[in-house]
Amino acid sequence: MSQSIQQILDEAAQGRRLTLDEAQLLQREAGLHDLGHAAHRVRLRKHPEPVVTYVVDRNINYSNVCVCACRFCAYFRAPGHAEGFVLSFEEIGQKIAETIALGGTQILMQGGHHPDLPLSWYEDMLRYIKANYRIHVHAFSPPEIMHFAKISGLTTAQVIQRLKASGLDSIPGGGAEILVDRVRSQVSPNKCPAGQWLAVMEEAHSQGLRTTATMMFGHEETQDERLEHLFAVRESQDRSLQKVGGGYTAFIPWTFQPDNTAIDARPLTSPEYLRMLALSRLVLDNVDNVQVSWVTMGPKIAQLALYFGGNDFGSTMIEENVVRAAGVCFRLSQQEIDVLVRAAGFEPRQRRMDYSLVEKS
Amino acid sequence: MPDLKRFDSLGLGAIARTVLAGERLSLDQGRALFACPDVTAVGALAHLRRTALHGQRTFYVVNRHINYTNVCINGCAFCAYQREKGQEGGFELSVTDAVELLLAAPLTPREVHIVGGCHPDLRLAFFVDLLSSVQKALPEATLKCFTAVEIAHFARLEGISTIEVLQILKAAGLAMLPGGGAEIFAPEVRRRICPKKSTTDEWLRIHGEAHALGLATNCTMLFGHLETIKDRLDHLDQLRRQQDLSRQNGSDGFTCFIPLPFQTENNAIKIERPLTGLDELRTIAVSRLMLDNIPHLKAYWVMLTVKQAQAALFFGADDLDGTVVEEKIGHMAGATSRQGLTKAQLEAMIRGLGLTPVERDARFVPIGDATATSAQEVQA
Repeated sequence: MSQSIQQILDEAAQGRRLTLDEAQLLQREAGLHDLGHAAHRVRLRKHPEPVVTYVVDRNINYSNVCVCACRFCAYFRAPGHAEGFVLSFEEIGQKIAETIALGGTQILMQGGHHPDLPLSWYEDMLRYIKANYRIHVHAFSPPEIMHFAKISGLTTAQVIQRLKASGLDSIPGGGAEILVDRVRSQVSPNKCPAGQWLAVMEEAHSQGLRTTATMMFGHEETQDERLEHLFAVRESQDRSLQKVGGGYTAFIPWTFQPDNTAIDARPLTSPEYLRMLALSRLVLDNVDNVQVSWVTMGPKIAQLALYFGGNDFGSTMIEENVVRAAGVCFRLSQQEIDVLVRAAGFEPRQRRMDYSLVEKS
Repeated sequence: MPDLKRFDSLGLGAIARTVLAGERLSLDQGRALFACPDVTAVGALAHLRRTALHGQRTFYVVNRHINYTNVCINGCAFCAYQREKGQEGGFELSVTDAVELLLAAPLTPREVHIVGGCHPDLRLAFFVDLLSSVQKALPEATLKCFTAVEIAHFARLEGISTIEVLQILKAAGLAMLPGGGAEIFAPEVRRRICPKKSTTDEWLRIHGEAHALGLATNCTMLFGHLETIKDRLDHLDQLRRQQDLSRQNGSDGFTCFIPLPFQTENNAIKIERPLTGLDELRTIAVSRLMLDNIPHLKAYWVMLTVKQAQAALFFGADDLDGTVVEEKIGHMAGATSRQGLTKAQLEAMIRGLGLTPVERDARFVPIGDATATSAQEVQA
């Protein structure tokens, strides 16, 4: 390994911010083990306690009806399709009751861009949930917020305000895909551009909602565009930290799953995933947490990823539908996650969306 | 010289220097590698060794597995595949069946891997017919057939020596023995998991005999059941000592070591703490470091899963096995990997890893490069 790469890795491990040039050099030339080790040192500096956290939650997809028709999606059905559905409030309530019975603290709720449901339907749903259940509602990715703004004629700030007033607690980082418009116009042409995605998140932050950020890679983006994504998130977090002192709680990179989609791509290998995870940890010096993706990588690689920059096991995902539709169906119980985390040398701890720990029962 | 600070800080400095010099690690050093809290440091060291031996080269083979019968008199506790004679679900392939299956493969296999149960009635004449028929149908394929356990079984049925069995099979086309049946060499564990199977001494003796006859062989270790870490290290040590003996006698000896993680479903052994992914990778890495005189280490994706096999290529492994079609034994024990990978998929995957794909034959000679031999790749 060249001296300069080792030096960059050492300095990054000690907390120095990477430049784009340096990140590109690491991406091209650093060895897998060297990248991972530096990322793990950053993780240990940010989280010195040997703890790996996760949230107990359920993904509830309130509808699969969507006008976007993103080419990477195996889950959506076009309006009018026989397999399209919208869950009733009672069905959603039933799923929440089951989640709470399993020790769950939150639901992650996302759906398609339904052409006919008015904003009031979403407000009623949130009020119904909050009136009946004590649960954290982590819901509606930025493209959905943009969609609500379009159908209601309100600004995104007004939409976020109304959803928050109805019970929305935080916003998941979905729909980010790759935050580069060249890529977005190819793989998800009907979804909001990168600038709007970031603007919705920063608006949410300024209204006191925390959010996460994701990255789906391994489809039609270049290596440079992956870094562009990381730097866009880092700059957005800088702005929110400066303005309101907080924004993204976590970054969650995961690999595109090509089955049943309109994109023909080679499934990325686990070392390619681990390299990107480690680079994310190294570049995003202002984001506290990096989640590993057992849903796309499986339990073995997720466990290994705890040594490549990840400090959080994501969630138990009592129910998950979207990745499964793309041909990958790993399942893990809370007990299994605990076993994997302990065998990796960490203490597993249940957390909430804001990363506060749930007291051990 | 790579940066050894990381290894020094973990107390692995002396081990790292021994490995980089290509010298032999002691069993105590092996224990230290198993005990090291940072499994990725052990992996990084194994990757240095793998790179010293093979560079970026990553081997694969266009192969085909044939399991000729699942009827077996051994009844090992870990086996989900075995049936008794006459039991429902038992089967025997005829020579014609086997040849048809091989010819139906989408690509002509370069390696034919044939193993089966220790069947009470199938006689040596059947296997001679099987080998010569397969060789006739696929003249370019290397026949890698019958574990040492099967060789011992054939010898008992025929009332002849294992050397004689090997000579007869070699004359019929046998080129290589696969590494199966080694399980774990510790006698106490062997008594509990496979009491009727060949003893450790018999397994090692037959491999030594095969080496002396000019047959190449592989070797395996089944881990993650009832054995201890010490048992794993003893197993690796016995393999490298057998390799020393075979090399002293002028043969190539073992070509490839295949670590096999125990699959927990559908068998009679209840495991309190099943292996996790990191245990698998650590064992693969320590194996690479301990087996200084065995050139290749296989990440057998059928047992590991494809994603774990990809990671294993950075934890000491240099071979991805191949385009296995219709594997039964691991899958009946709960292996979740897919049943086949195409050549194009394997090549694209290896390039995606930043490594260089090399198609090989059963003896690890690169296809299209008949002058290279695997033995020359190791400065042992």
